[in-house]
Amino acid sequence: MSAPTLEVRNLCTHFFTRAGVVKAVDDVSFTVDRGKVLGLVGESGSGKTVTGFSIMGLVDAPGRIVSGSILFQGKDLATLSEEEMRHLRGNRIAMIFQDPMMTLNPVLRIDTQMIETVLAHEKVSEDEARQRSRDALGMVGIPSPDERLKSYPHQFSGGMRQRVAIAIALLHRPELIVADEPTTALDVTIQGQILAEVQKLCATTGTAMIWITHDLSVVAGLADDIAVMYAGKVVEYGDVGEVLDKPLHPYTHGLIGSVPSRNKRGEPLRQIPGMTPSLLNLPEGCAFRARCPRAQADCVQRPELREWLPARLARCHHPHREEAAAA
Amino acid sequence: MSATDAEIYATRSFTETEVPMIELKGVSRRFAKKLDVAAKLARKLGADVKEEVVHAVDHVDLRVRKGEVVGLVGESGCGKSTLGRIVAGILPQSEGQVLWNGQDVATLPGEAARTAKLRRQMIFQDPYASLNPRMRVADIVGEAPQVHGLIKRGGFDEYVDEQMRRAGLDPAFKRRYPHQFSGGQRQRIGIARALAVQPEFIVCDEAVAALDVSIQAQILNLFMRLRRELDLTYLFISHDLGVVEHLSDRVVIMYLGRVVEEAPTERVFTAANHPYTRSLLDSVPRIGNRKRAFATVKGEIPSPLNPPSGCHFHPRCPLAFDRCKVEVPKLKAVDSLHRSACHLNDRA
Repeated sequence: MSAPTLEVRNLCTHFFTRAGVVKAVDDVSFTVDRGKVLGLVGESGSGKTVTGFSIMGLVDAPGRIVSGSILFQGKDLATLSEEEMRHLRGNRIAMIFQDPMMTLNPVLRIDTQMIETVLAHEKVSEDEARQRSRDALGMVGIPSPDERLKSYPHQFSGGMRQRVAIAIALLHRPELIVADEPTTALDVTIQGQILAEVQKLCATTGTAMIWITHDLSVVAGLADDIAVMYAGKVVEYGDVGEVLDKPLHPYTHGLIGSVPSRNKRGEPLRQIPGMTPSLLNLPEGCAFRARCPRAQADCVQRPELREWLPARLARCHHPHREEAAAA
Repeated sequence: MSATDAEIYATRSFTETEVPMIELKGVSRRFAKKLDVAAKLARKLGADVKEEVVHAVDHVDLRVRKGEVVGLVGESGCGKSTLGRIVAGILPQSEGQVLWNGQDVATLPGEAARTAKLRRQMIFQDPYASLNPRMRVADIVGEAPQVHGLIKRGGFDEYVDEQMRRAGLDPAFKRRYPHQFSGGQRQRIGIARALAVQPEFIVCDEAVAALDVSIQAQILNLFMRLRRELDLTYLFISHDLGVVEHLSDRVVIMYLGRVVEEAPTERVFTAANHPYTRSLLDSVPRIGNRKRAFATVKGEIPSPLNPPSGCHFHPRCPLAFDRCKVEVPKLKAVDSLHRSACHLNDRA
């Protein structure tokens, strides 16, 4: 087996604010293989987006990558200069953002933006760049791409705009795509269409993908592996099916119980009490301790990410081990 | 409310004599873009300039009986929020009647109209935009009941405390401002405010859409507890089929301003009749589905400014035939509980 496309090791991204150090990403590790999709799941403020930004080298002051490595095909992205990073970004690694209206320039036509992207990384003729742009639009299912190239972003609907953003990300056939909640703002039927396209693309082109989302049900159908984040840390990591069927960490357990469709109708949902703690003053030891039904005295000690079952990691002193092992 | 009660509600059809709590008869709402000076001038000179009209809600009939939870589902731009506002009485309809306990609210005399309006309250989607940032929680919750004379003299604090406690908020925080609360707590403030005027009917417009899953579960549980305790009736508007399936007794599906299907929840999720409902259900990602190809509906939601002729869904419908392009399908009974607006039902 070849080396993974991306290997993140003990990544720490901290923000040095006036109010104190915010450990937005704290000791995060995972790998993504060629053609695989990793679902990075968490609630607001869990650090999933900052993880994506760290990989892309887009973390702005007062934030910075404090330690850890991001190995992209063996090369550590965390040590690259801004110039070297610029050559990779948009070329071999691409990102898709939540709001396509923010990524597309509203005053430039789509063709201008796409051709510019092609020419930024490759010396080709403009005609060839246009051809590539048109093919990319066709690939993401935009009808009559020739005419659509001449449109402005506001002439597209939300779903179509997101397709354009995905097409731009695909222009250079990147080895890795980081997608940050790309379907959250879309309607279900449109989300379904985009997910289907993405699934097809990953399978055919061998692109590795990190799909950042808060929606467990999207990850369930799309991803191969899942990493659940809570308060800046990965608390559970493993195969999607395994994790969702038999979660080890009490937080994952609670999160799955909170999803309405899974529960029997009319019965109260298994809710997680309390709310996510502020990253500025996290409790000592396990950050989930105060909301956890299984917490005990030793949870004051900081738990490490440990392999409780084969290829199943959890950061917990008292995981749902018996249930997970039994099934 | 126990599951058995819910089943009774869901499996009972409306009788002739029954008076629903809320009834809409042929309600429409149009939004027109007024012509500017240049366009008016152009029209005077004989140019073919027309006002752009959006039929946000197009001849909708809806009945909600007391104690029922009706889920209203649809994608963006289908008119579900507009319909919710009409039901809550905060937006007038362009056409049709809204009946409250059998009486047309437009013809009610002053005092009765005021009470009818007060009994219907609304909880909004965005807990950041729907609370006045410059008012303290105690005033947000207590102002309306005080104005409407629901609070005894000197009983303000006690009343507000009770409302806050009921919504799961600590009354010790009542001197605080909205920005000092998290999203979930703010939604609780919105709930406390709506319940403070002792309503019987609540319209929840995407009330949990902006919240994280774990907080969403807390708020949904609160809704269900309040329904039981206060005998409330809900119109629950959402684009999230999972939430609607969990909470509702009956589901109404809208597409581009029209109701396309209406049935008990179980029925919608197991035996949907309308092709749109079926494709909507297929598109929903579910936590139980692993690594499978996502089913897709072809095409996009058409602009409500210029909806397709006939059945609005026909350009996207895999089963459309000639009649769908010309004739608007009526919402007809499939059986006593189930109504659907599709020409295919006439074929069989």
